[in-house]
Amino acid sequence: MESLFFFLASLTLLCALMVVISKNPVHSVIFLIITFFTISGHYILLNAQFLAAVNIIVYAGAIMVLFLFVIMFLNQGKDSSAEVKTSTLSKIAGAVAGGLLFVVMIAALKDATVATYDPESFNSQIGMVENLGMVLFRDYLLPFELASVLFLTAMVGAVMLGKKETGETHF
Amino acid sequence: MESVDLIYKAIYILVIFGITLLIATYSTYFERKIAAFIQDRVGPNRAGPLGLLQPLADAGKLFFKEDFIPAKSNKALFIIGPGIAMLVATMSSAVIPFGDSLIIGGHEIFLQAIEVNIGVLYVFGVVSLGVYGLMIGGWASNNKFSLLGAIRAASQNISYELAMGLSLIAILMMTGTLSLREIAEQQQGFNWNIWYQPLGFIIFLVCAFAETNRTPFDLPESEAELIGGYHTEYGSMKLGMYLFAEYINIFVASAVMATLYFGAYNFPFMENLRSAISDPVLANNVVTLVGVGVMFAKIFLFIFFFMWVRWTLPRFRYDQLMKLGWQILIPLAILNIMLTGGGILLKEYLF
Repeated sequence: MESLFFFLASLTLLCALMVVISKNPVHSVIFLIITFFTISGHYILLNAQFLAAVNIIVYAGAIMVLFLFVIMFLNQGKDSSAEVKTSTLSKIAGAVAGGLLFVVMIAALKDATVATYDPESFNSQIGMVENLGMVLFRDYLLPFELASVLFLTAMVGAVMLGKKETGETHF
Repeated sequence: MESVDLIYKAIYILVIFGITLLIATYSTYFERKIAAFIQDRVGPNRAGPLGLLQPLADAGKLFFKEDFIPAKSNKALFIIGPGIAMLVATMSSAVIPFGDSLIIGGHEIFLQAIEVNIGVLYVFGVVSLGVYGLMIGGWASNNKFSLLGAIRAASQNISYELAMGLSLIAILMMTGTLSLREIAEQQQGFNWNIWYQPLGFIIFLVCAFAETNRTPFDLPESEAELIGGYHTEYGSMKLGMYLFAEYINIFVASAVMATLYFGAYNFPFMENLRSAISDPVLANNVVTLVGVGVMFAKIFLFIFFFMWVRWTLPRFRYDQLMKLGWQILIPLAILNIMLTGGGILLKEYLF
């Protein structure tokens, strides 16, 4: 179990790095998909099967398909091997910002204690569908319903923005 | 898990894998035979008796053709594309219960590769990944027609996945479980879900056609407009793998439909058969084996239906496809959810 975790964790980090490093946007998206798979693997190790499956369905199955869909339209007609030009100033700015984030992370995590589970109250079935449903629809019903209303609003907004207006077209 | 169980499981997984490939191979033969029958032709009849060796001849031809990779393509992704299509297609049969349990030497063996309590979600997740093989292959070909095919595949897949998920929710509301084995067990005898979910089944069926890219939804590869769509640049066994993956997808979609709506391995009068045999172990094994036969009969009927539709209906136009998905199937699926919810409440109120 331990070695499996370290294998998955290193694979996740490697793929996540490759998302940033890859020059070709399509390669980046594919590495991002693999990253989602490895994260789902972590969920399975934590015995949260439902979360793992939903992560695959929503992120790898739907959102990433749309990402790939959009990125395939980019760079059409141009030479795909043309590299992205980055100026020296933005490289330096990026290095400084990343370094600062790193310092903040170290400062925050330096004194953090690693939380362990309590064997008395530990329930290995906590991530299963039944328990998740109980928690969502009993203890957190109001936040859950509010989140769904929020999603509905966002959906209506997206349809409004995407709808063609009568009269002159703007695109 | 004991090592004996592990060995049984390994044998079972290999057998299911082999059967999947065999059925996919012979689907190509039966597709051509059925097409010939519908169009009043003879069909393949040269290789072997009744042309039964035709799939082997096709496979031999595909293996020995030149493996061509276009010069301006993205080589790695061009090779990975068909592999992903094939990998994803063979993944989903893992959770399908092809039969109840067999009792051999005191061991109870469930005829299902893995039993997870999220079986339906697993199938749904794998189905949603199926489009990557097409998209990656189509994009890597560096060809306008391939790219158009890939883009069509993506938008079609996304659109029909929604209606498919919504029609599944009605089934889940009724059965109250996500495990395919439990869903199958609840449909004991002739108590199949199709009697309660006819509308949901029709929506699921249409979406299954769209997700497997079969006519009338084969827009990603419509040869009249896009030459061959996503596989325009493919040849030899890479093309063969794309075609093979399509037939495996049909098999899996048929198995899922048989499990969810047509009672999986259950058949009418199975309890009568069980009580007719005095030895309980033998009775269980006979009922299970007949059940496996019934399950495969249902699967073959669905595969035949897929082929029947292909040679009967013409292809949709692209805007009609989108309209059907978003404006007809999704509202219908939501209506189906409401009707199911109302039905469940009414049943609780009355009984």
